[in-house]
Amino acid sequence: MTLQSTSRRDWGSHPPLLHPPYRSTSLRAPTRPLIPIARSLSESTGPVYGHESVRPLDNDLTRNGRVNGEPLGERIVVTGRVVDEDGRPIRNSLVEVWQANAAGRYVHKVDQHDAPLDPNFFGGGRCVTDDEGIYRFYTIKPGAYPWGNHPNAWRPNHIHFSLLGPTISSRLVTQMYFPGDPLLALDPIYLGVPESARGRLVSKFSIDVTEPGFALGYVFDIVLRGRGETPFER
Amino acid sequence: MTSNQTPSQTVGPYFAYGLTAEQYRYPNGQIADGAIANDKVADRIRIVGRVLDGEGRPIPDAMVEIWQADRLGRYNQSGAGGFGRQGTGTDPESRFVFDTVKPGSVGGGQAPHLTVILFMRGLLSHLFTRIYFADEAEANLADPVLAAVPAERRQTLVARREDTANGPVYTFDIRMQGDGETVFFDF
Ligand SMILES: [Fe+3]
Repeated sequence: MTLQSTSRRDWGSHPPLLHPPYRSTSLRAPTRPLIPIARSLSESTGPVYGHESVRPLDNDLTRNGRVNGEPLGERIVVTGRVVDEDGRPIRNSLVEVWQANAAGRYVHKVDQHDAPLDPNFFGGGRCVTDDEGIYRFYTIKPGAYPWGNHPNAWRPNHIHFSLLGPTISSRLVTQMYFPGDPLLALDPIYLGVPESARGRLVSKFSIDVTEPGFALGYVFDIVLRGRGETPFER
Repeated sequence: MTSNQTPSQTVGPYFAYGLTAEQYRYPNGQIADGAIANDKVADRIRIVGRVLDGEGRPIPDAMVEIWQADRLGRYNQSGAGGFGRQGTGTDPESRFVFDTVKPGSVGGGQAPHLTVILFMRGLLSHLFTRIYFADEAEANLADPVLAAVPAERRQTLVARREDTANGPVYTFDIRMQGDGETVFFDF
């Protein structure tokens, strides 16, 4: 049996569990250290969701929520390559996204931000990476929104990403940010990431990805945990 | 060429319409839910639990994912079987509920178990834990992963069984902090 193993989680790249400037961590971060275990089949396998789980408009958020017209805001293309740590493309793998609308308002029922909902924008989508590990979404640039973490706290513009990858060890939930956003320097969620790794969460504007007369292009490449050593087998 | 891992970020408070839309009654699909086994399966079991914060309060905006082998201990290598996903926001007691089958041993001396992936607002990097079964005491004693856990903390990984008219129900609460703090793994 061929297995995909993974390298370990690189805690030099990921935010710590307790990060006091992000207040919600204080009652939710475990106080005891994680217990390291060897990878077995349980950690070296994972669900496989391919093209059959995605409908035609799932990757086009400018169209999948339309009711009576086009969503408002700046149309953008977001694309990138999903690879493992050795640079190998992660093919046929599910990428899910969700985001606020151009006004910084989520469809979510508990979002109380006093900004307008857009009847033609839902804000959720998914797609599957191709043979080169490339994903692509059309959407509307999300707005910043206030939150209650500290006085006058605002989240930078961001798109939430969820990736399954080849095994549950490669599972990743993250957020993509936009270049030049002045709120990044003030955001405790972004700043929870070790400084040397933060830049990996900021997409790059690309005139090559930009579609003439239609939408600005941003590139956000994603690196999931790689294979590392071979796990023990039965 | 080696690249560095993309950092994790919290799933935040607003994941429901993106990742668990049907469960929360948003007009969109979701890839997996709490029904890992359907109601035609005779030996179906139910796993219920809450995620409790450092003050013992149930967390209503967590998302729990389950990955497990089938009853013969085989992981599905070609499809999506054995994967479940539930938010804790639609149950009045903030519980997650999975209907599934008890997995067989996957080999390597391991007792039957499910892998849990936990996300929530306030968790910048997701956590992994495992659910073992109280009625597998003998297999649990031989399990190499449980053996890596200090004896006094092993019980945090064992779901307790209750038999009901609808079959066995296993209860597994996840405690983020304090007395009985759940063991989380790194691998
Ligand atoms: Fe957000």
